[in-house]
Amino acid sequence: MAEVVALEIARYRPEQDSEPSFQTFEVPLRKDWVVLDALNYVKDRLDGTLSFRWSCRMGVCGSCGMRVNGTPRLTCAAFLTDNLPGPIRVEPLEYFPVIRDLVVDITDFMTKLRKVKPWVVRRQEKPTAEGEYLQTPDQLDAYKQFSMCINCMLCYSACPIYGLEPSFIGPAAIALAQRYNLDSRDEGSAERLDILSQHDGMWQCTFVGECTKVCPKDVDPAGAIQQYKLEGAAHWFKTLLSPRGAR
Amino acid sequence: MSAAGADAPTPYRLYHPKWYRRRVSVWWWLSKPAYATFVLRELTSVAVAFFALVTLLQLRALARGPEAYSRFLHRLESPLVVALHALALAFVLFHAITWFNLAPKAMVVRLGGKRVPDAVIVGANYLAWLVATAVVGGILLGIR
Repeated sequence: MAEVVALEIARYRPEQDSEPSFQTFEVPLRKDWVVLDALNYVKDRLDGTLSFRWSCRMGVCGSCGMRVNGTPRLTCAAFLTDNLPGPIRVEPLEYFPVIRDLVVDITDFMTKLRKVKPWVVRRQEKPTAEGEYLQTPDQLDAYKQFSMCINCMLCYSACPIYGLEPSFIGPAAIALAQRYNLDSRDEGSAERLDILSQHDGMWQCTFVGECTKVCPKDVDPAGAIQQYKLEGAAHWFKTLLSPRGAR
Repeated sequence: MSAAGADAPTPYRLYHPKWYRRRVSVWWWLSKPAYATFVLRELTSVAVAFFALVTLLQLRALARGPEAYSRFLHRLESPLVVALHALALAFVLFHAITWFNLAPKAMVVRLGGKRVPDAVIVGANYLAWLVATAVVGGILLGIR
């Protein structure tokens, strides 16, 4: 007989439930299976109505973020055998509104992400004829870590500040702002600082540090925010000393 | 809607999601050891404020003359105040050590295009602290 493990999966069916409840399924315990494989097994064999998001199965797309035994994880990277003994609890990402079962509404994150202008801002674009914007390996190295973000939102799910203050722009958005600020081709850091110095920006962060711990790509959003605070404070001090010369 | 439907969920409509939003419990910080440590670190600010207050009171006593100052010192010797100071010291040390350990997160120093290792940043902070302590200690001992 093959070994099995129990999964306790959060179910929320808005057409009939007023709040989520747990449903237990038994799935084969295979050494090479991650939680996402088990969810797909449930959907294929046991209950086709189970809803969850996934795409690449290899930690690139950032779609399959859920809470596994209470910790925000990419379910494609959370092995069943690492979460024994069962039952393994699978819940939707914390602090986001649940649409159905394990699917959350990510509109809030998408709006916030756009706010920080996560693209290369140029005051004036160089004509194509002049060629590309060149960058040395050291210049790439300065921001590369922050560019690894896959927008999986595990950091939001780990951030109690985001839970308590839903207006907080959040870890990934600030890390991505920093990714472009540190890019030698970018000229938009002043615009981003204006946005992130506001009430809902970086100063909401009180450095719990959990965002960095759950990040599957070692982006270190907590570090990005603290570095940004240092820059923000230095900028404020400069405007204090010389109100006109700061920029 | 009928009156009987007071507790029943509002009807589900296609393309109009009925989200479920969970409220954050006031006990959220007990859900994980890391959260509890964080709240404890935030609370250490009370101990910092306590030491600042004691220093201000000490200055006030000093300004009021030798008699007031010796009365102040006498009050500090009571076991309760000593216990309070010991507790506050523990909190402030916790604050200082966690703060030093977090320093490399905010301070990214690049030398010759390479990032200075975290241990060096933490070490430099401790070194600066030792030097400052030695200078203050030197001044205090030199006055005698």
